Amino acid sequence: MKARYIGWIVGLLIAVALPFVHRDPYHLHIMVLILIWSFAYTSWSIMGRFGLVSLGHGGFMGVGAYVTALLWNHLGITPWIGIPLSMICAGALALVVAYPCFRFRITGHYFVLVTLALSGIVLQVITATRDWTGGSLGYTPNRAPSWFALQFDDKITWYMIALLVWLLGIAIWHWIDRGMGRHAMEAISEDEDAAAAAGVNVTAEKLKITLISALMTALAGALYTQYQMFISPDTVSGIAVSLQMVFAAIVGGLYVALGPTVGAVITIMLAEFLRIFFGTGAVGWDNLIYGLLLVLFIIFLPKGILGSISERFARVVRI
Amino acid sequence: MQAFLDIFDIYLLEAVINGILLGGVLALLALGLNLIFGVIDVTWICYAELVMIGMYAMYFLVQYYGLSYFIAAPLTILLVALLGAALHFFVIAPLLTAPPINQLLATGGVLFLLQSFATVAFGINFRNLGIRLPVLSLGDMNFSYARLLSFGAALFGMVAVYLFMTRTFTGTAIRAIAQDRQIMPLMGVDARRIYLITSAIGGGLAGLAACLLVLQYDVHPFIGLSFGPITFLICVLGGLGNFIGGFVASFLFAEIIALGGLFSDLEWGYVLAFAFFIVMMFIRPAGLLARRR
Repeated sequence: MKARYIGWIVGLLIAVALPFVHRDPYHLHIMVLILIWSFAYTSWSIMGRFGLVSLGHGGFMGVGAYVTALLWNHLGITPWIGIPLSMICAGALALVVAYPCFRFRITGHYFVLVTLALSGIVLQVITATRDWTGGSLGYTPNRAPSWFALQFDDKITWYMIALLVWLLGIAIWHWIDRGMGRHAMEAISEDEDAAAAAGVNVTAEKLKITLISALMTALAGALYTQYQMFISPDTVSGIAVSLQMVFAAIVGGLYVALGPTVGAVITIMLAEFLRIFFGTGAVGWDNLIYGLLLVLFIIFLPKGILGSISERFARVVRI
Repeated sequence: MQAFLDIFDIYLLEAVINGILLGGVLALLALGLNLIFGVIDVTWICYAELVMIGMYAMYFLVQYYGLSYFIAAPLTILLVALLGAALHFFVIAPLLTAPPINQLLATGGVLFLLQSFATVAFGINFRNLGIRLPVLSLGDMNFSYARLLSFGAALFGMVAVYLFMTRTFTGTAIRAIAQDRQIMPLMGVDARRIYLITSAIGGGLAGLAACLLVLQYDVHPFIGLSFGPITFLICVLGGLGNFIGGFVASFLFAEIIALGGLFSDLEWGYVLAFAFFIVMMFIRPAGLLARRR
């Protein structure tokens, strides 16, 4: 147990020290992206690991991104207030959709498709209100690099913020993993009736997990906006983004804390690798490979890369 | 003022009729998806992408190889039917005993795969068939022949499937499997063969839809996203696997989109339809026509 804590501390120290040793802006940019997306994927996996497969997270991310940017551009509200507001919006949306879902026992296929409708709605609303959001052309927050606007030209600052938020995501994952809620949720995902009979408040437990996951996803969307300074409906909302989250979380491994992070590293590195080596001719290739990998992973390695490795490792240790 | 109201009514009627015509194609798409769900208990998230591939097939057959539309159409239907069977054989069959969510996500992977395959192979340009059908003017209302033809062909396709399901031995076996998965193999029905046939029929219906949609819309790799979600919502609204429910839901949805589009932008029609769907899910979680428990 102790070795594990030492591992974490050493790893974190290296992560914090890294940007001061290796200052290459491109590599830092990639790492910031990986950290932000890892956080988003982790927040998806918090729900996904209990069988609550949501394709609506693209919607939550879109709300987080667009509400923050719109508040800043139109009302001049600083992201320090705008981000919590956007998280509240996403949380409210999650509750409005999820409460009836859980109350009326909409599970499995039906749950997936209802959440799919949710991300469809968010995408269409963003596109339809093009007078304010710029529609499918995308949207840029007004530039004003400062703490007040939460915009920085410095990559190291962003790296530290992203690292902190990512760490928060991992901490929340562990907190849920250790808590009573995990056992309740596992019981629910096995058999809802049995769990209810054993005294688990099924609706409340599911709502709690969904709310946490939606709030985190909105935060990821808002951070992405502040860092990239450009959002479009296709990059932060819609079904493609939702599927991307599912894909990364499954490839990395749903049932281990660092699984989604591994998934983010693999997907983003793959995309960048293809982009560098094949240039613009590689448009589409990354998704082609993702799609193929997703199918192969689900058939042959449903626990993901990290999940399978750690499982094998655990077996060796036990022997 | 009176003149304004007259024009308004004409537009309203036109929108209502166009909604019905749109509903025909949506019903065809929903039928294919419902068939697959009802029999194999799998949701093909990539269903609309099969349609997209079919639309490309039509485009290339007609534009590059100079085939006439009516020769190209059966070839396309056959191709997409084969694609559907292949999808079942390579992706769904290995996962039949896995949790249902895994099957759904695997077809999500196929969605990515087909979409980016089209991007890589055909580029992201919008392409159209170059066939422009005349417009039928009825009083002050205009209807394109493409829509009328689609509506007719969609109805024809649905009747054909209905007859196949009720009048042939294979159709009966398919319906029997949908009712009880375990017992049918004991009755001497090869479940694997039935699944393959069902997947091929589902694919064929996607192919037919592709032949009809290509008359009205330009093809591009992401076209699936514009009507794929709608199709799933229709199927869920009607009750997954419930053919008649899917039929009713298609026309309801099409009317909402057409009328919403009349009063405002087309996107708002979609938003309205999505919102209607979510509200209906809470009123009738098991589908429009489900009996109350």
